[in-house]
Amino acid sequence: MSLDRSDIEKIAHLARLAVDQDRLESYANDLSNILTLVGQLEAADTDNVPPMAHPLHMVQRLRPDSVSEQNHREEYQAVAPLVEGGLYLVPKVIE
Amino acid sequence: MHNKTIVELGAGLRAGEFSSMELTRDLLARIETLDPALNSFVTVTPEFALAAAEAADARIRSGEGGPLTGIPMVQKDIFCTKGVKTSCGSRMLDNFISPYDATVVERLNAAGMVMLGKANMDEFAMGSSNETSFYGPVHNPWDRERVPGGSSGGSAAAVAARLAVAATGTDTGGSIRQPAALCGITGLKPTYGRVSRFGMIAFASSLDQAGPMTRSAEDAALMLQVMAGFDPKDSTSVDEPVLDYAAALNESLAGLKIGLPQEYFGEGLDTAVAASVEGAIAEYKRLGAEVVEINLPNSALAVPTYYVVAPAECSSNLSRFDGVRFGYRCSEPRDLEDLYKRSRGEGFGDEVKRRIMIGTYALSAGYYDAYYLQAQKTRQLISDDFIQAFKKVDVIMGPTSPGIAFKLGEKVDDPVTMYLNDIYTIATNLAGLPGMSLPVAPVNGLPVGLQLIGNYFAEAKLLNVAHQFQKVTDWHRAVPAGF
Repeated sequence: MSLDRSDIEKIAHLARLAVDQDRLESYANDLSNILTLVGQLEAADTDNVPPMAHPLHMVQRLRPDSVSEQNHREEYQAVAPLVEGGLYLVPKVIE
Repeated sequence: MHNKTIVELGAGLRAGEFSSMELTRDLLARIETLDPALNSFVTVTPEFALAAAEAADARIRSGEGGPLTGIPMVQKDIFCTKGVKTSCGSRMLDNFISPYDATVVERLNAAGMVMLGKANMDEFAMGSSNETSFYGPVHNPWDRERVPGGSSGGSAAAVAARLAVAATGTDTGGSIRQPAALCGITGLKPTYGRVSRFGMIAFASSLDQAGPMTRSAEDAALMLQVMAGFDPKDSTSVDEPVLDYAAALNESLAGLKIGLPQEYFGEGLDTAVAASVEGAIAEYKRLGAEVVEINLPNSALAVPTYYVVAPAECSSNLSRFDGVRFGYRCSEPRDLEDLYKRSRGEGFGDEVKRRIMIGTYALSAGYYDAYYLQAQKTRQLISDDFIQAFKKVDVIMGPTSPGIAFKLGEKVDDPVTMYLNDIYTIATNLAGLPGMSLPVAPVNGLPVGLQLIGNYFAEAKLLNVAHQFQKVTDWHRAVPAGF
């Protein structure tokens, strides 16, 4: 599988990653090489093999639905880039 | 003093021969003098360390100390440490002061270990050479022109250079075992779920596991004893009793069945490394073990499987870094999308971006079945190989890494070549099994690691098998020149 510059632009958009125009070619090249490596999986015979969900075949543990956490808003917001009045600030979303 | 192990130092501390304060000051001075040449620490925490040492000395005097009390160590910078920068080797978290401690940190602190600082690492643990760190590469103490391995490269270099008595590491595809091998120390990756992942910054959640990096198997047993155990804060933590790891160390190896996978001794393995590993296996035969050739027929699928599963999980895990709640934020974003894209584009390095993009692609509409679903099936095949093998043998052995430490810059521009460093370690993570690396005879003066792979929850057996070897060999005692 070979990817080109426009594929990288699409993938980078899906991943919300800004990629410099002058790096598109090198990412396309690297990702194509990785996909060639990964392409070896195609030849594996996996008919009747169930996909592995968990190494120990565990199921999701459940706990009683009761309050176990306290409010840590101030501690958590202390490391945020921009907050005001307990809210995280981002550029205007709705006009 | 700095050449001693946890076991030896613990005895000295409890006998009052020296204090944790003296030991801690000695190592802080060594870090100041010697680490500029290695770059194994991202952050040194002298105030934190001296306060912890003082508290440890008081505990020891009152007779309440345990085997780890007063022992100076370094935490890989992937573990959240309250009030101390937790960078994960990334510009993204260069300004991140964690509001809480990881469970591993909490447990080791409670045991009285003294944290000297935070160890350098590949960015978000993605790398096998410690060259992807935002803080620059770590140099191998055995040869500063060479890499220490990765991603726990700072941890391995610091322990090998006697800047810390022990370290924590994490292992997603070999990140404890490969740097342990390349730096000549002992490293253990426990069974998936054995050690809590809470507060350990996630890379690939179905593979990530924390473990000890030490100078002996005995030391690893003492650390794992404290690190292991059920944690309700980690939904994948396993609720199984923790064995007494030190108690099993002295069991005889007579009759132990060692499986040697033919696939781990074929093309791609450096012949001198192979000879060194074979020498170690001959030693095991002298200890009474029996060697059986086995096959892990799907071994060749491990690296390709990993490079679907790990990036897929990473692309999802790293979506939390959005420039809104913590970490790096770009300046003057035009709108929300620009905020996301530039914060992530500027905050992440190249290798992290490559893996996020591979994962995003593998999970995108139309490709999911071909990549992710197929990889989860081949992962089952790889896992089944081990299940079959452990019906015949007690432990599997082989090389940890296909070669000795390579030169800085040698592989960094070629991701696929770099990925092949982990050909012998990745399958263990995919299957969720415990694995270990211990030093054997060096090649050209550079360390070589013997890998041990055990059955699920067989950490005690691995530690026993490693300790018996270290009782009759001195490779784990070798010190790099200048340290």
